[in-house]
Amino acid sequence: MRLKLVPSETSINFLRLRNGAIVFSALLVAASVGLFTLVGLNLGIDFRGGILIEARNADGPADIGGIRGDLNALGLGDISIQGFGSETDVLVRVQRQEGDEAAQIAAISAITDALGAEYDIRRTEFVGPTVGAELAEKGILAVVCALLAIMVYIWFRFEWQFSIAAILALAHDVLSTIGLFALTSFEFNLATVAAILTIAGYSINDTVVVFDRVRENLRRYKSYEQRDILNMSLNETLSRTVMTSVTTMLALLAIVLFGGAVLRDFALAMIWGVLIGTYSSIFVAVGMLSFFDLKQHLDEDSDPGAVSEDA
Amino acid sequence: MLQFEGWKKLVVILITVVGIVYAAPNLFPGDREGGGNFLPGQKINLGLDLQGGSHLLLRVDMEVVERERLQGIAEAVRQEFRAQKIRLGGLDVDDGEVRVRLRSTDDAADAMRIFVEFGGDFTVEDTSPEYRIFFTEEGLVNLQTQTIDQSMEIIRRRIDPDGTKEPVIQRQGRDRILVQLPGVDDPEEIKRLLGRTAKLTFQLVDGSITPEEAIDRGRTPSGSVLLPSDSDDGQFYVVEKRVMVSGELLETAQASFDQNNRPSVSFTLNPTGAKRFGRVTGANIGRPFAIILDGKVVSAPTIQSQIFGSGQITGTFTVAETNELALILRAGALPAPLIVMEERSIGPGLGADSVAAGQIAAVVGLLMVIIYMVLSYGLFGLLADVALAVNVILILGALSAIQATLTLPGIAGIVLTMGMAVDANVLVFERIREELRRGRGVMAAIEGGYSRAISTIIDSNLTTLFAALFLYIFGSGPIKGFAVTLSIGIATSLFTAVMVTRMLIIIWLQRTRPRQLVL
Repeated sequence: MRLKLVPSETSINFLRLRNGAIVFSALLVAASVGLFTLVGLNLGIDFRGGILIEARNADGPADIGGIRGDLNALGLGDISIQGFGSETDVLVRVQRQEGDEAAQIAAISAITDALGAEYDIRRTEFVGPTVGAELAEKGILAVVCALLAIMVYIWFRFEWQFSIAAILALAHDVLSTIGLFALTSFEFNLATVAAILTIAGYSINDTVVVFDRVRENLRRYKSYEQRDILNMSLNETLSRTVMTSVTTMLALLAIVLFGGAVLRDFALAMIWGVLIGTYSSIFVAVGMLSFFDLKQHLDEDSDPGAVSEDA
Repeated sequence: MLQFEGWKKLVVILITVVGIVYAAPNLFPGDREGGGNFLPGQKINLGLDLQGGSHLLLRVDMEVVERERLQGIAEAVRQEFRAQKIRLGGLDVDDGEVRVRLRSTDDAADAMRIFVEFGGDFTVEDTSPEYRIFFTEEGLVNLQTQTIDQSMEIIRRRIDPDGTKEPVIQRQGRDRILVQLPGVDDPEEIKRLLGRTAKLTFQLVDGSITPEEAIDRGRTPSGSVLLPSDSDDGQFYVVEKRVMVSGELLETAQASFDQNNRPSVSFTLNPTGAKRFGRVTGANIGRPFAIILDGKVVSAPTIQSQIFGSGQITGTFTVAETNELALILRAGALPAPLIVMEERSIGPGLGADSVAAGQIAAVVGLLMVIIYMVLSYGLFGLLADVALAVNVILILGALSAIQATLTLPGIAGIVLTMGMAVDANVLVFERIREELRRGRGVMAAIEGGYSRAISTIIDSNLTTLFAALFLYIFGSGPIKGFAVTLSIGIATSLFTAVMVTRMLIIIWLQRTRPRQLVL
């Protein structure tokens, strides 16, 4: 017996759900942009500058209240202290200090001294304001360039309509992921940018698989309605879509459960990305595609994939 | 007909074997060489976040160097003018330039001859009787390069005096230096070692005026300056500007104790320094001289007798401070202050924990994917799993071979690749299923499945590669590591999914010649 999450042959009318999905996605993106502008992201020190120190109490559970008292007495401004991974570990975040870089370095010394000998400093990160701004700039540039490159590639390999549909789906994924970070106040840092780009890569991968099938079917079944061809392509690729999503999810789940506290947020973001990427390939990418008249643009000669045969 | 030619098999097997050989050192415990001399490769190079260590991005304070250099020029002008009896109307250093004013334009030609001596690094603007001397574009670049090179050398001597720690010290951009030092227990110590320029000078104390008088009058005699004490006692000293001996003339420095058993640093001067020190101390017995470190007076002992080769610096030091000070003095002074722009330090404990967690996550992820593939595709799933195993070996082998740095996000990249690597096989298997449903024979279905899936596989992998490429270009540190493993993973999974699984399936077909295929 084979494990099949999706029956071998399905005939779901995905496009019937198109308008509903578009409304849902539009609301999702609008809400994400709204959250981003109104609430904002919980920017990590990578982008905002500041200090992060991870410490472990060698003799038992960390005394978060005690640490808070000690550190607040230093007068370093906004300090956040939270448990991290296990009850012996704490993560201390301190806002960027007034003054130049030397003031930040002095603050690190003050904190490590205040934590005292029973705490083992496991990690110290400090990002100065100049570097933070540069990292933010580079992060944005990376996402934008990657999106553009993907768009151009799809344009070359397919048609401009596919390119537009794909980029809308991608923008949808990226924006809603940013929205999720604004909503949950998860820390948005360099690893998050990596997660977003990987989500983009995964989502486009999914979209391309479906698009490939759409193109193939458009050439093969010339007499069919475009709407039927799109539905058929989605159904044909559905079991693969689900299969790959599940294997990727399994791998990500392993990271969430066993990969340690540092990677957990990254893997959680990716799991969201797999879900939203799978959804957007079906409903946003193909949904957008259905607004175009695809048939007249496809010339039949440049077709490496289709074997000459009839259905 | 399905074919997998002999030479292709050979290539697949060869690549796999090479992968195994390069991945193998990682199985052995111990040092980087792993497995002794019989294996060619080295272990995977772990990033600082996995092996523990400090990453520091430093900025060299160029303004200080520029100002010092211009002050040097101004001093040279003063001396040359005096030597050649040119009357000076005004001389100051401001806004990145030296301004010279002559009393009389009669001296213009002589002055210009002096200015030209400063060389191509400077431009002289002649608005006689006033002159502006400033850096040329090229001169500034030369100064930067020189300062950065010198700083990097001093940094190396300070943080790795024995040459055993394998630090990475790189210039980044115009005025930055990246320092990566593995295996650091106390990152604060490194910052202390790099935190002072350590310019050491010995200068005579000016006895003609007390510090209190100098403060009251708001000025010192022209050849002297007012300097604060190094200990926070608020004391000041008036010292002569002329430097008796400076830190460059040190031969060595050691932490020690003075006769009162206080922690101190004892030093030995090189022959040139010893001669000069001997001459000045011999001529000034009974006068105090100041030991000045980075513009602060550490102590001001009285010269009891002529001193030649060696001496002791005693201030208000702890033993740890004398150890660090001795190390810094041995390494030499930095040409300019260093400012820490970014620091990421990981303790060895956290690094080891991260490696362990990453390994568990990788093994669990691999097992789950393997089981799921077998449950879904049976024998073919198993064959895809073999390919997946080869894939993981190839990733590890490639990382070892090119000595790429494996970071924590890099481990996530490997685990993620495992999930995504089977995608190519899934695409093929689903196509085969479709072909089978259309009533094709086993061979035709497999053939068709592969030929139809291949363009999709290439398209989808290439687009992911784009994302990875931009991560590599714009990412920094650990993120770059993630991009590298992701890219390698895409390449190896393309190879294993298309070549390895295909070869295994064809071998299976040729052995069993099945009439029916349940997939």
